[in-house]
Amino acid sequence: MSLEDRREKARHIRHLLETEGGAIRENTTVFNEDRYDVSESFDDYEDLRSRARRIKEDAIDRLPELIDRLRESVEANGGELYVADDAADANRYIEGVVDDENAETVVKSKSMTTEELDVNDHLESVGVDVWETDLGEFVLQVADESPSHLVGPSLHRSQEDVARLFNERFDPAEPFETAEELTAFARDYLGEHIRSADVGMTGANFVLADSGTITLVTNEGNARKTAVTPNTHIAVAGVEKVIPSADELQPFVELIAKAATGQPISQYVTMLTPPVESPTIDFARPTEPLESGDDDREFHLVLVDNGRMAMREDEHLEETLYCIRCGACANSCANFQHVGGHAFGGETYTGGIATGWEAGVHGQDSAATFNDLCTGCSRCADACPVKIDIPWINTVVRDRINNESDGAAFDFLVEGLTPDAEPGSLDVQKRLFGNFGTLARVGSATAPLSNRLAELGPVRSAMERFFGVDARRALPTFERETLTDWFAARDSPDNDGREVVVYPDAYTNYVLVNRGKAAVRTLEALDARVELATPQESGRAPLSQGMIRTATRRASAVAADLTTYIDDGFDVAVIEPSDLAAFRREYGKLLDEETHERLAENSYDVMEYVYGLLNAGADAGVLAEPSEPLAYHSHCQQRTLGVETYTEAVLTELGFDLLTSDVECCGMAGSFGYKSEYYELSMDVGSDLEAQFAEETDRTLVASGTSCTEQLGDLFERDVVHPVELIAPDR
Amino acid sequence: MATGTIGEFERSLTDVGVELTRATPATFSETLTSVVDEPAVGTPLGFDGVSLKDTPVTTELTPKDLTEAQTGVTPIGRAIAQYGTLVVESNTAGNEPVSLYPPTHVGVVRESDVLADVTEAMPHLAERFSDGGSVVFATGASATGDMGALVKGVHGPKTVRVVLVEGL
Repeated sequence: MSLEDRREKARHIRHLLETEGGAIRENTTVFNEDRYDVSESFDDYEDLRSRARRIKEDAIDRLPELIDRLRESVEANGGELYVADDAADANRYIEGVVDDENAETVVKSKSMTTEELDVNDHLESVGVDVWETDLGEFVLQVADESPSHLVGPSLHRSQEDVARLFNERFDPAEPFETAEELTAFARDYLGEHIRSADVGMTGANFVLADSGTITLVTNEGNARKTAVTPNTHIAVAGVEKVIPSADELQPFVELIAKAATGQPISQYVTMLTPPVESPTIDFARPTEPLESGDDDREFHLVLVDNGRMAMREDEHLEETLYCIRCGACANSCANFQHVGGHAFGGETYTGGIATGWEAGVHGQDSAATFNDLCTGCSRCADACPVKIDIPWINTVVRDRINNESDGAAFDFLVEGLTPDAEPGSLDVQKRLFGNFGTLARVGSATAPLSNRLAELGPVRSAMERFFGVDARRALPTFERETLTDWFAARDSPDNDGREVVVYPDAYTNYVLVNRGKAAVRTLEALDARVELATPQESGRAPLSQGMIRTATRRASAVAADLTTYIDDGFDVAVIEPSDLAAFRREYGKLLDEETHERLAENSYDVMEYVYGLLNAGADAGVLAEPSEPLAYHSHCQQRTLGVETYTEAVLTELGFDLLTSDVECCGMAGSFGYKSEYYELSMDVGSDLEAQFAEETDRTLVASGTSCTEQLGDLFERDVVHPVELIAPDR
Repeated sequence: MATGTIGEFERSLTDVGVELTRATPATFSETLTSVVDEPAVGTPLGFDGVSLKDTPVTTELTPKDLTEAQTGVTPIGRAIAQYGTLVVESNTAGNEPVSLYPPTHVGVVRESDVLADVTEAMPHLAERFSDGGSVVFATGASATGDMGALVKGVHGPKTVRVVLVEGL
């Protein structure tokens, strides 16, 4: 990406933060918190997720067979099934149906798949009036905007925004002010269109192959009206929406609203087996009995391929097809919560899963416009009702984009001259951050010169210009004496406790060396026999840039080193939470199963390990006395792994006065906050944490992760320590 | 049906803002009349022992009736206690439009049709689907947040009431 491109992206994000950020944040945060509440209060929630996942795996696996079965069912019911190859094919078919009906007006309920087709534009181009009846979609239609969210398409607009828009467009005698007034107006206005429409078009959340039943999940009731008021009903859905039968429907009926908006169930779960038996209603003949019109009901189900069958054959994108479009990945994402889908989205789809959808249906270029907004924190994977590994899809697509992008501007950085395994086309910014391990080694070896050099104004401006490293960010200060140097130069105590090898990640070894020393001293004080593993970067840095080959190479080297210790009965203590997450989670994608499992099972967060030693009877009295009161922010990866509780437990048990943040994300996310195009978004996300600790001026700031340490340092301009530094015995 | 399930149904209805009124076959006409805003339209209940006959509800439907009615009365095939869900079964008499168009929907639920949860309701649904039938799980009033605050009564009813017929 060029300097100008980065600046343009930063401007776009700044604009959205100012105009849409407030409404997006309020709405997504409420959805997210309500999802937590409802999933905790519902006993079977995790069981439902597992079942839903299995059903989708099976359904996508035998999709062609299910589509054949569905065709029989729909035709036996008296409807038509059309499988459209692509958007143009679908639009052509829909236009044909509309044409056969001599339809002047089509009313629609909300459907992301019809957004993907741009069917409204297509029908309007042939002279058909199209009305969106979902109020959110109607707002977008009036504003001529695209959806900013899968479930709440106009989530980015506040009540005042909508009132202003409607007052300008409809010029009412009394200007609209309240949500009630706006809703009443839209209902009446759209109600007339529904009553006079010739064709009703809906989406379908789930389609049952055995009976030809479609399921529509809505709160407003517009999908019900759209489906049964006009005599002709067209339902449009991606091919992936087909599941075998009613037996498989139950978990989805119970999950979708909980995951989407935190409601126990949606107002309406409409399960139609069209053509429906409900009487036809001819509002043009208001006093004739229902069903007295001469037109029968007609039903067309348009299943859209548009790249999906190819996604099914793609081992990494296939999982995207399990998506039930609930938007939980967006609601749970800190970047999304702040900037919304007009930045975190492609041509049609928004949020974390959008990378899979856009790459699959519109192509990689669309995914490339927003894919970097995923920082891999993996909260969305926990939020997803069908357990899609959304961060991995983002990583894979990023890797593919890296391999496609035009690297002409820096073609001197060719394969073989760089410390990674990536092609010459890789973006230089990604290459810089992806090779942090090498950078840190060189930086440390040449410290303090490297630090002084890096802080020079001309150097910072060149770094921003060529590598997109934001000049407003403080850079890490490299230590001349590495953790490895320090460890080698000292005598280990003659302990006889458990054997543990400390993994010196690149930050701990070259930058935040004190936390490494503290970890060693703490473990030794608790009678452990401590070794230091070979200092090498875990692969987390290149993985976050989508450099999968490089990450795999690093992971293999780290695993080869650590498994020799594990063979000898050692446990592995990890200081950096994102590296522990890599060992436990991402290495599963990079290494063979056995190696990954051994490493995952034998690796511990350093404070988790301390907790274990103390519980096994080690003497806590040898650790440091509790000193100052603390304000602690745990790392997002600790939270998704569920290990942050150990840090809190150890500090509390040792008697520290501990305040913990409930902000889920600091906003830094590894290299993300350093990138000039994302610096302001990163600081905007960080403002939540800043607000939480703003009054805590007498508390020492504590963070487990490097990123959080850097972000807290930049937000508060105070020192930040790792928990293990607080409990390490005095030298 | 155990009182436990009925009790849960009543609590769930309260949670979603639906008022429940109890009736017996003997008091049904009177009770229904008391919860109906006129003009009212309805579909035949099809339950033994209760009907819309001695109520102000008309079952002769035209599009005009549908749009002018203040209340639509329909039978409810099954109800789901856990969520306070009314399972509206589409039929040729017009359960679907009658439960959808007027601003108030009154659902008539037999005590014996209240099921504990969605799982219990699924076999019943599967059977209907295989016969070409359609149903709606309706839970509370139609609602939207799209205009910047939660508003009830959008394309569907603003008010939902349940008459629970005991002993049926």
